[in-house]
Amino acid sequence: MGDGKVVGRAHRKVDAVDRMRGVARYADDLKLPGMLHGRIKRSPHAHARIAAIDLAPALALPGVHAAITGADLPTPYGVIPWTPDENALAVTKVCHVGDAVAAVAAIDEDTAIAACDAIRVDYEVLRAIYDPVEALAATDVTINPYAKAGNLSKHVDLAFGDVDAALAASPLVVAEDYFFEGSTHAAIEPHCALATVDGGGVLTVWSATQVSHYLHRELAKVLGWPAHRIRVIQPPLGGAFGGKSEPFDLEFCAALLAIRTGRPVKFLYTREEVFLAHRGRHPMAMRYATGFDRDGHITAVDARTVIDGGAYSSFGLVTTYYSGQLLGAPYRLPAFRFDSTRAYTNKPACGPKRGHGSVQPRFALESQLDQAAVELGLDPIELRRRNFLGADTRTVNEFAIGSCGFLECLDRVEAASGWKARRAALPHGRGLGVAGSTYISGTNYCIYPTELPQAAVQITLDRSGRARVFTGANDIGQGSSTMVAVIAAEELGLELADIRVLAADSDLCPVDLGAYSSRVTLMVGNACLAAARALRAKIVEVVAARWGIAPGQVSLIERQAIDQTDPARRVPLTEAFHWAEAKHGLLTAAGSYDTPRDRHGAYRGGTIGASPAYSFTAHVAEVEVDAATGEVQVIAVWAAHDCGKALSPRIVEGQIEGSVYMGLAEALMEAHTVDGAHGGVVAAPSLLDYRMPTALDTPAIHALIVEHADAQGPYGAKEAGEGPLHPIIPAIAAAIYDAVGVRLRRTPFGPPQLLAALADRAVREASGALAPHKQRPLAEVR
Amino acid sequence: MADELTLRFRLNGEPVAVAAPPHWTLLEVLRYRLDLIGTKQGCDKGDCGACTVQLDGRAVPACLVLGSAADGCAIVTVEGLRGPALHPLFDAFDHAVAAQCGFCTPGIVMATEAYLRRVARVVTRDEAAAALAGNLCRCTGYTKILDAVVAASERMYGATGG
Repeated sequence: MGDGKVVGRAHRKVDAVDRMRGVARYADDLKLPGMLHGRIKRSPHAHARIAAIDLAPALALPGVHAAITGADLPTPYGVIPWTPDENALAVTKVCHVGDAVAAVAAIDEDTAIAACDAIRVDYEVLRAIYDPVEALAATDVTINPYAKAGNLSKHVDLAFGDVDAALAASPLVVAEDYFFEGSTHAAIEPHCALATVDGGGVLTVWSATQVSHYLHRELAKVLGWPAHRIRVIQPPLGGAFGGKSEPFDLEFCAALLAIRTGRPVKFLYTREEVFLAHRGRHPMAMRYATGFDRDGHITAVDARTVIDGGAYSSFGLVTTYYSGQLLGAPYRLPAFRFDSTRAYTNKPACGPKRGHGSVQPRFALESQLDQAAVELGLDPIELRRRNFLGADTRTVNEFAIGSCGFLECLDRVEAASGWKARRAALPHGRGLGVAGSTYISGTNYCIYPTELPQAAVQITLDRSGRARVFTGANDIGQGSSTMVAVIAAEELGLELADIRVLAADSDLCPVDLGAYSSRVTLMVGNACLAAARALRAKIVEVVAARWGIAPGQVSLIERQAIDQTDPARRVPLTEAFHWAEAKHGLLTAAGSYDTPRDRHGAYRGGTIGASPAYSFTAHVAEVEVDAATGEVQVIAVWAAHDCGKALSPRIVEGQIEGSVYMGLAEALMEAHTVDGAHGGVVAAPSLLDYRMPTALDTPAIHALIVEHADAQGPYGAKEAGEGPLHPIIPAIAAAIYDAVGVRLRRTPFGPPQLLAALADRAVREASGALAPHKQRPLAEVR
Repeated sequence: MADELTLRFRLNGEPVAVAAPPHWTLLEVLRYRLDLIGTKQGCDKGDCGACTVQLDGRAVPACLVLGSAADGCAIVTVEGLRGPALHPLFDAFDHAVAAQCGFCTPGIVMATEAYLRRVARVVTRDEAAAALAGNLCRCTGYTKILDAVVAASERMYGATGG
């Protein structure tokens, strides 16, 4: 055991200073001798058959070294091995505006751009479909070239308990339609990849990816190049949020063009290309009915969802399951049914964005709870308490829940926001809203079937008293390198400065599956803990033998080994390392972690969404609504998150704050949409038109850490990076209702929707159908 | 390829002469010809602020400045804040964990340095938010960035600072 000298303290991150000083080399900061610049030619059509491609005019330009088309990379791939339905470059047809058609390598960017312009493509334009319901009904158009069932990408229909009977017997059923708009990650670093082949025939790919291992696998498959002759390196990464969690066209193109030319080739997406690559939040149309008894207990939830997938599967199989499977907590659902259908449309493919698959249904369910609380005359926090699932239990869909601090999350936001005293006193136009949620800490089953561990870490001690930690984990800014350093320092009695983390290089590091599904802290943390404890045992044993005491009586702390029975007896750790190395040889240990496989139901699909541990969150949002302009201003957000144990509290706070910000942006501002009236172009493909909140648009965010240690996590830790995004959207919707008495059921909550709802309410108030919502005018408190 | 221009300006206190195509932006000149990788390219349209540098003391997005417009000017990039001791801004950002992925941070630090030097006093969170409204961060929700800017202003300009 460590002594708590490092874990749980405020840390500086191990890599932050180099990043902020401009020293760290991100992918686009890498430059190799003789490097060529790559560029991808993209489709102007949303749906077209490729009749012919003529590369000759491009190849004739001085400075153009090579050009390739889909015929050069014909093997389809997909991050989910069951749905390989896309190509690096279009083979027979293009399926959305911006689909990749050809790629070039040239001496510089300007020449590469000119070469792409020179490539001639003959298209036979096909009818494009942008609406998922229309796509599912269409019999004359099949969008995806590898589709097996028309435009159906995935359908999941699961039922637990007798939903119909429970709803029929419920005194209150809230039944409404919701729509959650698509949004995109918009990491500030655009995607970038650099590839080169060395004299020994090893292909090295540096990529701004968050899943080095899946990239490695897909490169081998698509290039037909053996995996042991591919090295994948993830340099420092400039943000991801799910947007870099699968292979992209530029990685395959860089690799093949490096092979073809014998020179390094780099691709950097333009900002517009980042919007075209997308893989962001799926638009979902949701029809929900939730039954309640007179005391506000949920009796059943019935959910029907149509998911707009875009042109390819991406993680869509998982998204479709997650749209229902992750609703089983933190409330007890006596009966639950969901029917989710993902359709292909002629748009950039949707994929996993922070809170993958469950942010949209969470908005619907929490909105139903808020509506029920009003109809039953209950405080919405009290209604949630009454439905609390509990800890150490199973959900209706048979996921095993361990620790659960949801009630404490509710208590904390209730107290911090002054909910009880302030809510009733707020004037018309001001409101408070609450919502809760849960999220996974990784998934028990890997994307591809394997018996191998999900995470592994190797630690080596050196003679200067340092530790080197080798991990495949992708630090995407969330702080995973600091996380493993904290664990290694804690167990070995070192300081953070003594830990050197070498991460995400397939030649140096054991395999890790990547930074997705909030798996890293729990899984890689457990692997690191196992390795560090194995090393610690070797050192403690040698020191104890020298001193003639039991190993349990030796502490490793603050760079010293100390005799607990006689604290005056101590030795610097560097010397203790030498004693141990003299006995054992080089001091190194590996730790592996694999997931429990007994924490889910036996039904088909029961493994999807099953996690070793679940985080819980509650938010209260305070808003001010301008009834004249329809603008919503979020005044403050209180966000309490049960992360099990905060290994590094400031980093956990940062994850909570960043999650609240990103969800708030989806609630109020952001929309990644395609304009079907103008040929299917992405409507806002720049960081100005895609309206992201600035520092001025972002309210005060109060992050509150709740720690209900989970037996599955390292020191009890669970995830913190995605869960805290979920509640903010329904919490804002509830606060808007509290402020002005209208329910918004479509994101984003912009002025047109709000003004229409206010006008509708005014008509009903004038006719006497509704009583005025709040009497006290806002001006009184200003 | 168009004929290249020779641009002469002061860069981080030293005179430089560099040849570049006339249509290149200052961002391209800095990154491609001078290997100053701390100035990041995020959008190429002046939307994100990741390429913020100082031109004659003012914070500007380098992607909106033609290289030729920098001729004869004084340019300071994030590399210009390096020294034997950690600059108080870096220290404040590091202490607050204000950098997650860190990609926007060099630009934010350059905008902050220009702003604090101009006002030369302790600033509030709201003032800092207004000063940094041209710099997008996608990781932090700005909370810890504003913490860091206020703390740095206190250290640099507060009664006990110096």
